[in-house]
Amino acid sequence: MDKDLSRLESIAKQIRRNIVRMVGVGKTGHLGGSCSAADLVAALYFYKMRRREGDLKWPDRDRLIFSKGHAALCQYAALGELNVIDKAEFDRVKTLGSILQGHPDMNKCPGIEANTGSLGQGLSISMGIALGKRLDKSPARIYCILGDGELNEGQCWEAAMAAANFKLDNLVAIVDRNYVQATDATERIMDPGDVEAKFRAFGWEAWTIDGHNMREIVDALDKADTVKGKPAAIVANTVKGKGVAFAEGKAAFHNGALTQEQYDEAMAGLE
Amino acid sequence: MNVRDQRTAYGETLVELGRKNPNIVVLDADLGKSTMGCLFKQAFPERHFEMGIAEQNMMSAAAGLALAGKIPFAGSFAVFASGRAYDQLRQTICIAGLNVKVCGSSSGLSDFGDGSTHQAVEDIAIMRAIPNMTVFAPVDDLETEKIVRYMAENEGPMYLRVNRNALPRLTDEDTPFIFGKPYVMREGKDAVVFAHGVMVKKALDAAEALTGRIDVKVVNVSTLKPLPESEIAAAADGVRGIVVAEEHSVIGGLCSIVAQAMRGRGTPIEFVAVQDEFGTSAQNYNELLEKYNLTSEAVIKAVETAVGKAE
Repeated sequence: MDKDLSRLESIAKQIRRNIVRMVGVGKTGHLGGSCSAADLVAALYFYKMRRREGDLKWPDRDRLIFSKGHAALCQYAALGELNVIDKAEFDRVKTLGSILQGHPDMNKCPGIEANTGSLGQGLSISMGIALGKRLDKSPARIYCILGDGELNEGQCWEAAMAAANFKLDNLVAIVDRNYVQATDATERIMDPGDVEAKFRAFGWEAWTIDGHNMREIVDALDKADTVKGKPAAIVANTVKGKGVAFAEGKAAFHNGALTQEQYDEAMAGLE
Repeated sequence: MNVRDQRTAYGETLVELGRKNPNIVVLDADLGKSTMGCLFKQAFPERHFEMGIAEQNMMSAAAGLALAGKIPFAGSFAVFASGRAYDQLRQTICIAGLNVKVCGSSSGLSDFGDGSTHQAVEDIAIMRAIPNMTVFAPVDDLETEKIVRYMAENEGPMYLRVNRNALPRLTDEDTPFIFGKPYVMREGKDAVVFAHGVMVKKALDAAEALTGRIDVKVVNVSTLKPLPESEIAAAADGVRGIVVAEEHSVIGGLCSIVAQAMRGRGTPIEFVAVQDEFGTSAQNYNELLEKYNLTSEAVIKAVETAVGKAE
């Protein structure tokens, strides 16, 4: 695999530009949580995940389940860069008849592996796929990106318990730990505490990285391959809205709207 | 004749299907000995997933297994399968139309001892309301077999409502199960009783008791969704009164289906169903059915009322 970090970084920047393009001007869009995951998603699609060009249904493909479905713009942005979807679709996002729904729909948008959006379910879905793929003795690996706010949902921890119980070493959870949820800081809404320690207590191999350091991201994804007999959880410390200076760390841009000036400033910052 | 209960038929049929199709997998939430998913576990331990007491995780995991190309049957008590895991069914499984089969076991009042928390009187209403969901309520063990086979062979999310107790066998191997089509168990020209599950026998007993006075047709409605209105209208064609009998709330189940299908036609309709209330504990199933007025006597009275209103 191509470990050209500067290439991955430039793809991540393009993903952020695509996200800003989809958020657009004067309409709400999940900017913050999409931008915080951009580096992770770039590394997954353009470095780590096994896929077969032109065959989205290849049974042995690696899969990315975007459990934090509200940040689908990040996944759409990457699918556009992969030419799985036409970038012209970006301008029709969330409009009537668009393949790019407010939350991802596998029957409408190519490359989407599961319908997510009701938070807390993606890790369970990923675990189910991992169980099925293991039955088939498939080498496919299942990656699941969760939000840290999402960890409020109890089902995440049902899945954490079950994945360890089933010793699913073909499953990797990546927590986009951006410290901000819909209306405020995670610590002020529902403090998730030490996320790494929680996953470890559930029986996972877990460690923490800087989710905007491409070297650390690709190394973590490689390290996850070596974990045997249990699932791996990568807690990626990130900044909500990363790359869009005025939005960084602000709950207001969880699903806020951009003015024309903000839009221009965001794009200029991503040159 | 008392024969196998429906849940044993469910478990045994899964084993039969599992032998033929390696993609059949079964999930349970620490209730496999009640759903009889345990039979599959004995036969194919590697294809049975014990999910623990976590129905939401079970349902989403079933979605994942379907996405991996498996045919998952996820079983729990009907009240948990429909209620506890509703959001998982709706959001991931039904919106995408995933090939997940849900078994709602110990449905209705059939878990008589456990009381209201464990008795599903609204599961059909919940399941019917979700777009893309198919809903079945078999009348006996043999029909359960046929429906489980249908579920395994056909794509899409499906819900099977299974009774806990041994019910009389009212069909035979040759009785057809036709998807989406009610089955006439007994012909009659004056009135028709639409029923499913345990209430079909009550309706047949009522029809027998009314012989010579009112000629009653009895229809087993085991596919509750999709169910074309024309099928209900055809079965009710020419009768003077209609009765719906079901072990379910009067809201959202077969009563609603028939009332909706027959709207504007003017034929009087009466309901024998659980009123808008929860279940309760009892020492045996019949005691409970009597408390909720789910009896052949109630069906007789309802038929008389419906036909009387027409006169």
